[in-house]
Amino acid sequence: MEWYLPVIWAALIGTAVVMYVILDGFDLGIGILFPFTRTEKERDLMMNSVAPFWDGNETWLVLGGAGLFVAFPKAYAIIMPAMYLPVIVMLLALIFRGVSFEFRWVAKTSKKYWNLAFAGGSILAAFSQGVILGGLIQGITVKNGVFAGGAFDWLTPFTMLCGLCVIGGYALLGATWLLIRTDGVVNKRSRKQAKLLLIAVLVGMGIVSLWTPLQFDRIAMRWFSTPNIYYLWPVPVAAAALAFGLWKWLNDGRDLPPFLAAIGLFLLGYFGLVVSNYPYLVPPSLTVWDTAAVPASQIFMLIGTLVLLPINLAYTGLVYWVFWGKLKEGEGYH
Amino acid sequence: MDFDPVLLARIQFAFTVTFHIIFPTFTIGLASYIATLEVMWLWTGTRRYHHLARFWTKIFAVSFAMGVVSGIVLSYQFGTNWSRFSEVVGNVVGPLIGYEVLTAFFLEATFLGIMLFGWNRVPPWLHVTACIAVAAGTAMSAFWILSANSWMQTPAGHEIRNGIAYPLDWVTIVFNPSFPYRLAHMVTAAYLTTSFVVLAVGARYMISGRYMPEARTMLRMGVGFAAIVAPLQLFIGDQHGLNTLKHQPIKVAAMEGHWDGSKPGALVLFAWPDEKNERNLFEISIPKGASLILTHDPDGLFPGLKSVPPQDRPPVKNVFFSFRIMVGIGLFMIASSWLGVFLWWRRRLFSSEWFLRPMSMMWWTGFVAVVAGWVVTESGRQPWLVQGILRTADAISPVSGAQVATTLALFVVVYGIVFSMGVYYINRLIEKGPEVVTTAPSKGTALRPISTAADAGRKVL
Ligand code: HDD
Ligand code: HEM
Ligand code: HEM
Repeated sequence: MEWYLPVIWAALIGTAVVMYVILDGFDLGIGILFPFTRTEKERDLMMNSVAPFWDGNETWLVLGGAGLFVAFPKAYAIIMPAMYLPVIVMLLALIFRGVSFEFRWVAKTSKKYWNLAFAGGSILAAFSQGVILGGLIQGITVKNGVFAGGAFDWLTPFTMLCGLCVIGGYALLGATWLLIRTDGVVNKRSRKQAKLLLIAVLVGMGIVSLWTPLQFDRIAMRWFSTPNIYYLWPVPVAAAALAFGLWKWLNDGRDLPPFLAAIGLFLLGYFGLVVSNYPYLVPPSLTVWDTAAVPASQIFMLIGTLVLLPINLAYTGLVYWVFWGKLKEGEGYH
Repeated sequence: MDFDPVLLARIQFAFTVTFHIIFPTFTIGLASYIATLEVMWLWTGTRRYHHLARFWTKIFAVSFAMGVVSGIVLSYQFGTNWSRFSEVVGNVVGPLIGYEVLTAFFLEATFLGIMLFGWNRVPPWLHVTACIAVAAGTAMSAFWILSANSWMQTPAGHEIRNGIAYPLDWVTIVFNPSFPYRLAHMVTAAYLTTSFVVLAVGARYMISGRYMPEARTMLRMGVGFAAIVAPLQLFIGDQHGLNTLKHQPIKVAAMEGHWDGSKPGALVLFAWPDEKNERNLFEISIPKGASLILTHDPDGLFPGLKSVPPQDRPPVKNVFFSFRIMVGIGLFMIASSWLGVFLWWRRRLFSSEWFLRPMSMMWWTGFVAVVAGWVVTESGRQPWLVQGILRTADAISPVSGAQVATTLALFVVVYGIVFSMGVYYINRLIEKGPEVVTTAPSKGTALRPISTAADAGRKVL
């Protein structure tokens, strides 16, 4: 039990993070693509395509944070102070993008400011998330079980690159999402954007995949030592195949498959990160076992999660089902 | 310049949590109110209820968005600003917040989509169900977070080893001694606050002669509800105070401005607590009044502030004045709602402008009482963050004062903009009033999502 529980919890939190990245990824992506539109009608359509979902999507972020707090309080107590400024900037950015959904509809003359708040908030939130991710990968200074680094340890070229990659990745998810939910001009433009973004994302993923093993020996060891390499070589091959499929489906005018392929690319990238860092929760020093809550707390929460998470997923599915399909212009708002 | 991170982090948390609590207070009440309106619409088929439900849903949407984004900030601040808090009590408090996410946040955030956008997409019964789910979610959220907060006031069901709290018995932890009182008091506060907002809006339309049928409904519902619940709140609050006397006597001493525990306590109506000299200035009081209320005996004794050294006392002025503001508003609510019921009984409620005009301006009373109540509770617990286990000063994260100061300034600016725009937009929605549409609940729409989904599915695949 002492050994398995933290692993189960790490997997659960990992799932919450994946859900968050995919779900809030596509609606943050809509915000990132907002500046590249022409008319207010197009913006209405784009916003309506995610308006019923964004709040539920963002709740996965709360679950990720709360999950860390519940299952790995020591990791939470180290990561949050270490990432202090990017976390708070992300929260402030999410405030702007969240209230824009409601304010934009009530606003008359100030609508343009809420367009700006929506786009700016989405871009900044995505960037901060990339920086936090990069900051974790590059490692946190810990002494005697507490954060012992400086306020700007997270500020490096590597984390900036990760920030840009996340912006590009979310935009790709957003563009492919719009293919499913829209027709006409928006659909056509999103298709073009998706192609450009796919190239950008592949370049970004390539650089990160080369950079991390070059800079961090522990990651090079993980990937390029035998026997690991025999098991891991299909990962980049699968990524290439998916990217190829995505490109082709975009050209063939398909709507749903590109979105699924974009999700697939995210999952592979995520899998790569897990491989690189397992079993560390606070690289490079603390593992999931070092930071776990007592078993009594983990079990109490695990029982609830096993019962409640499937229920949550079921009604989340219901809401997606209710709002599925192409949006018509002018439809949707309360 | 040197910044004190503890002081700044306290100011920051007080600022962000006070901002947050304003919205839950309103959304907890409003979600239930909207659900009630919709049930009545389906039940009676009266259009008025439908217009009102749609009208309040728009206001709900704006408030809910502000509640969500300000709440997410808080859950991350536990880690960014109070990281020792999660280490020391994370084993106990963590799961309570985890359950809040799983039982409450997902429920309300997901069904919100149907509640706001589903009017024409789903059949009425499903829309009502969604409203009820959102209302249930907000209440469940209050359940868990208040359990967590109550455990910080009156910890139970745990043991301390090496300074870290370990859970022993979850039922005792969740239902810790102050929890039932706090839950009842806070949920009632939310309903009461909302009923005064509804009342104020009804009065506003009635005075200006707009939306009369809707205004009459709001006035009747608001006055009637408040007249029952406001006295109930006085009773719950009184019981809450008696319970606090048992577990946090120094907090009660600060509320009452009671310094010397060897004498019976007076009921202090007004005073200026002088913390340096340990006495009250300008005191106006009813001798032995507090002893009578708290011990049911005019000569009964209860601990005074002097029974603990000064560094273990809470900031007396915060607690003392906030308590009076809250109770004052509570008494005002009882008086005004009873007056309203009296006028209703004499059939003068809708024509008494001398009553309606001031009431149309009283929408803020509940919010102020709620914030004041929380200041009593939280300031009264100081210097402890978790009573008897962890001091506030020991809970701070290893971050510099400069960082906390910077983010505090950012929060003040961002919240200032967002809050003032939010209030402005809510006011605009109220000014615009309910849209009197004439669509009846049509059964035909029921099939739409199914057919559109199938269509869409065929197209994309
Ligand atoms: C009595 C009720 C109550 C109290 C004391 C608090 N909250 Fe709250 N909170 C709610 C009642 C609520 C609510 C009614 O569930 C929400 C949903 C929307 C809203 O306006 O309030 C909310 C939203 C909300 C959210 C967003 C949920 C989502 O994504 O849908 C978070 C993360 C928190 N809160 C966290 C906190 C924390 C960390 C608190 C303590 C310091 C806190 N809340 C006090
Ligand atoms: C689970 C719920 C809550 C937790 C864990 C919590 C925790 C805290 C913490 C960490 C502080 C900072 C320490 C301090 O300055 O005293 C604080 C202070 C404060 N909190 Fe809470 N709080 C909770 C709920 C609330 C709510 C809902 C309110 C409503 C407004 C509130 C109002 C305040 C205020 C006004 C202060 C400042 C007190 C002072 O500095 O003297 N708290 N609380
Ligand atoms: C009418 C007489 C009232 C009495 C005697 C009363 C009593 C109390 C007491 C003793 C506390 C502190 C409990 C503690 O920290 O241990 C408290 C807290 C609080 N009060 Fe009141 N109250 C009254 C009215 C109101 C009203 C009208 C509202 C709001 C509409 C309100 C909202 C609150 C809130 C939100 C808290 C903090 C949460 C809690 O600890 O329950 N109260 N009240």
